[in-house]
Amino acid sequence: MIKLMKGNEALAEAAIRVGADAYFGYPITPQSEVLEYLAREAEQKTGMVVLQAESEVAAINMVYGAAGTGKKVWTSSSSPGVSLMQEGISYIASAELPCLIVNVQRGGPGLGTIQPAQSDYFQSVKGGGHGDYRMIVLAPATVQEMSDFVKLSFELAFKYRNPVMMLTDGALGQMMEKVEFFEQQERETLDLDWTTVGKPPTRSHNFITSLHIKPDKMEEVNIHLQKKYKLIEENEIRYEEIMCEDADYIITAFGLVARICTKAAELAREKGIKVGVFRPISLFPFPYEQIKSHTGKIKGILDVEMNAGQMIEDVKLSVEGKVPVEFHGRMGGIVPTPDEILEALEKYIAGGKL
Amino acid sequence: MSVESLEKIDTKVFERPTTLIDTEMHYCPGCGHGVAHRLIAEVIDELGIVEDTIGVAPVGCSVFAYNYIGVDFSQAAHGRASAVATGIKRVLPEKYVFSYQGDGDLAAIGTGETIHTCNRGENVLIIFINNGIYGMTGGQMAPTTLPSMKSTTSPFGRDTKSMGFPLKITELVAQLPGTYYVTRQSVHKPLNVRRAKKAIQKGFEYQKLNKGTCFIEIVSNCNSGWKMSPVESNKWMDEHMLAYYPLGDIKLPNDTEA
Repeated sequence: MIKLMKGNEALAEAAIRVGADAYFGYPITPQSEVLEYLAREAEQKTGMVVLQAESEVAAINMVYGAAGTGKKVWTSSSSPGVSLMQEGISYIASAELPCLIVNVQRGGPGLGTIQPAQSDYFQSVKGGGHGDYRMIVLAPATVQEMSDFVKLSFELAFKYRNPVMMLTDGALGQMMEKVEFFEQQERETLDLDWTTVGKPPTRSHNFITSLHIKPDKMEEVNIHLQKKYKLIEENEIRYEEIMCEDADYIITAFGLVARICTKAAELAREKGIKVGVFRPISLFPFPYEQIKSHTGKIKGILDVEMNAGQMIEDVKLSVEGKVPVEFHGRMGGIVPTPDEILEALEKYIAGGKL
Repeated sequence: MSVESLEKIDTKVFERPTTLIDTEMHYCPGCGHGVAHRLIAEVIDELGIVEDTIGVAPVGCSVFAYNYIGVDFSQAAHGRASAVATGIKRVLPEKYVFSYQGDGDLAAIGTGETIHTCNRGENVLIIFINNGIYGMTGGQMAPTTLPSMKSTTSPFGRDTKSMGFPLKITELVAQLPGTYYVTRQSVHKPLNVRRAKKAIQKGFEYQKLNKGTCFIEIVSNCNSGWKMSPVESNKWMDEHMLAYYPLGDIKLPNDTEA
């Protein structure tokens, strides 16, 4: 089924179709359509629990409780709301609960703006809450991916017993595009041995906790988590390369910005500058090696983001100083245009920086 | 009658409830938590609902409740136990879900979650242990610390002018249409233990009716935090805590239906 839909609505529809059991959320612009769509559609279609919590703090803890039963549970919010969820995310990561958290980012810091931004990269990828933990972070670039990645996120969440974040932005949430949905899946009860669903006589009681008072036990838990993250790094790197084969320059960008950069690359090629675009899709795990593999063939990288320069740190780590990496960013809710990206690229080239 | 035949007669009149795990508790001798845990375990055994019960443990002294009460348990972030209970109950509506929370957890950092869980009328049982102090962190002032009562963060006594008043959150939640049964009990004397058990039993049984939140406050002692002997602390509780937090039912199902 092909539909013309807002990104936020595609997200909600995909969660219904994937057979999600529960959504707990709190309204915040620019993602309130998610809760609104679910409130209209979800219960009657699949019986998904949809609950408007009293705060994002409550919402993420409802997710924690429900995810502990092995159900498919999710929430969504936008930057300030996701900040409020960080404590809960840390608990979820430590207790190894599968769930989906969507951040439809807006410009910050503080209350900021309701316009799109990508300034929560650090928070999402490096761990916004306390302790050594990682979420799997996926960055959709199209409304189609807003739908597809919901399915993928739940698969990864349950495969690794880990929270997955879809890191998107207000523009992608609000814009309408064509989206082809996957078939409706049945809600299912998974047979899992760790869940808190009531203790049958055949096992001792399960408990979900992130408290390990004894340091040797807490270190053991940390070592286990780090092993899991390593496994995720080995198996779940996702990225897209556009016109990179013959490129002299590569633009790195994630999410919607990568599409704008693709247009900029096309404009550059019309001018005879061979530019490609490398789009990390999984932000954790980050495609370090895949970016590095280009360094022998290119003169430099322009990293473009809707922030002050966050992913660029990982891009720089990737290339190990072998090629120069420059930055063009817009902040506060401004979306860069293809022309200004091309202009920035040409300026860096002319100035001998790239 | 020979000694051998005497031994065969079952003389056991008191035993550990099956659901109470046979292990050493970390609670201080004289603390009310152990009795409250036991009552919950007894009720779960007697109702035969061990397979259908999920508990939520808070941050505070009872953070390890899952090591003592042998039902599936989720340990919650500080103050969020009732939100976690909400999440569990909403996806497993046929199960019995209870949270076990202290005063700091339920009435300070988790006030918002407590009020809204009760206001939504979540069909869960909230057991609230009020000992007027932060026990686990070493005796700091709680939202329920009495006026003039000393704690490590109110060393000259709680001055209500600058530190506010003890919060009677149980009376507060009783005002909400979402609560079905609200009561205040204690476990410091045999009669009170029996009454508290009856209340806990009702709190579980009422969940099946889907009529709203059951909320049981248990006024308890904290002899370590209060820097008293167990006996002194119970006496002090009787004289001071119960004067401010009077025992008894605050909202009965009939009140709701009337």
